[in-house]
Amino acid sequence: MIAEIGKYFMFLGNLFVNREAFRTYYRLVMEECVSIGLGSLFLVALVATFMGAVTTVQTAFNMVSPLIPKFVISQVVREMTVLELAPTIIAIIFAGKVGSSMSGLLGTMRITEQIDALEVMGINSVSYLVLPKIIASILMYPMLVIVAGVCALLGGYIVGIFAEVITPNDYVVGLRYSFNPFTITFALIKSVVFAFLVSSISCYQGYYTHGGALEVGVSSTKAVTNSVIAILISDYLLAQLLLAQ
Amino acid sequence: MIKIQSITKSFHDRMILNDVSGTFEKGKPNLIIGASGTGKSVLLKCIVGLSKPDFGQVFYDGRDFYEGDRDLKIEIRREMGMLFQGGALFDSKTVEQNVMFPLDVLTKMSSEEKLDRVNFCLKRVGLENVNRKMPSEISGGMKKRVGIARAIVNNPNYLFCDEPNSGLDPQTSVLIDDLIQDISEEFDITTIVVTHDMNSVMGIGERIMFIFKGQKLWEGTKDNITHSNVKELDDFVFSNKVMSGLRGK
Ligand SMILES: Nc1ncnc2c1ncn2[C@@H]1O[C@H](COP(=O)(O)OP(=O)(O)OP(=O)(O)O)[C@@H](O)[C@H]1O
Ligand SMILES: [Mg+2]
Repeated sequence: MIAEIGKYFMFLGNLFVNREAFRTYYRLVMEECVSIGLGSLFLVALVATFMGAVTTVQTAFNMVSPLIPKFVISQVVREMTVLELAPTIIAIIFAGKVGSSMSGLLGTMRITEQIDALEVMGINSVSYLVLPKIIASILMYPMLVIVAGVCALLGGYIVGIFAEVITPNDYVVGLRYSFNPFTITFALIKSVVFAFLVSSISCYQGYYTHGGALEVGVSSTKAVTNSVIAILISDYLLAQLLLAQ
Repeated sequence: MIKIQSITKSFHDRMILNDVSGTFEKGKPNLIIGASGTGKSVLLKCIVGLSKPDFGQVFYDGRDFYEGDRDLKIEIRREMGMLFQGGALFDSKTVEQNVMFPLDVLTKMSSEEKLDRVNFCLKRVGLENVNRKMPSEISGGMKKRVGIARAIVNNPNYLFCDEPNSGLDPQTSVLIDDLIQDISEEFDITTIVVTHDMNSVMGIGERIMFIFKGQKLWEGTKDNITHSNVKELDDFVFSNKVMSGLRGK
């Protein structure tokens, strides 16, 4: 376990030595951005919309007291989705979709000697293959989280009105009521950290695959498991660090 | 010329290579032969630096690969071309992009120059009109040839081939062998070929190193391989019927 973590940090150290020309990376990063960003957009939007919808309905269901004003519903939805659900739950989805595919790709490249081929050409395979993926994740994931936040609030709005648990006016009032902009900053800080963790852990697992097709599958599973664990631990640590007064 | 000295390598306390030394000459294929599992691939990986030997040195025209700093390693690496057993083509790229890849990353050539060079190399290995195909759409023999084209595209001084003709029919095998020999002579490359195919040995074996259980037991040419007086080599050479017939004569 400790040895594994040490190896992971050495892997990260390798990212920054002996890189190729900037233009090579620029192109690779752009390609990754398209595949990571556009590729996940639909799933993220879908999950986020339903997340917002369900949160709205459940909050409404739990608030039976007539003393509580209706706009509290959308206030709760806002706090939950923006602060926790959008960055964290979407990160777990991101690990399942993007992380496992990164790990599968690198694992396949490893067992078919494509990584060795890069090394023999004198190319630093870690920085060539992994750095663009990490950079693209850090660029794209916060955007996905913003999309997710918007979709969640929108999903809550639509369902709230259709299910007649809240009026459009109350919903908007609730969204704006005692809004603290730091929650957005906090969500974006979390997204950057999660994006880094998911992409680097998944690439690490894939890069050090040994054996055959079976092990590629094992690496993908490990990539998702370890990413999720890292997300949850860092979620807790960040909340403790940045939110606790 | 590549010189190796006392290469020793173990995995988990199991010694795979034991004190292997030798030289590989310029302008011709140098064969490393031996039965399956004797450590040929491991030796090749130690030579190209994909797997660090526990002990021993590798000299590329006098430059010590493992003693050198990172820059020297990269400099030597950029003079290498390698054909992997399975081809190791990048499967997200077309044949043309695969062959062009080393030029894209390692040189500052213009697009036209690169394309010319790629087409020249593809033609040299007898492949035309496959530029736009993906690796999954071409046959095993074609993959090997694309692999050779990619290995020679950046004018290497050193060419390494791990079992260039395993899994190929005898005719294609001979074609690939001849191709490797011709290219080595034509461009004056130091070529190392790992093989366990006796046909290759008798075809292009001007210099042969025989590895048995991690040790170099014999060195010579195809002309004296049949009367070496090394029992392990005889067992290897005469395991097939045609060769046993030769022995009788
Ligand atoms: N990474 C590794 N870890 C542990 N053992 C290894 C590793 N690589 C190779 N070996 C062992 O080293 C021995 C020699 O393997 P090698 O691949 O060099 O054989 P070979 O001579 O190339 O055989 P073949 O002709 O079948 O390719 C084998 O017994 C193998 O199990
Ligand atoms: Mg082998």
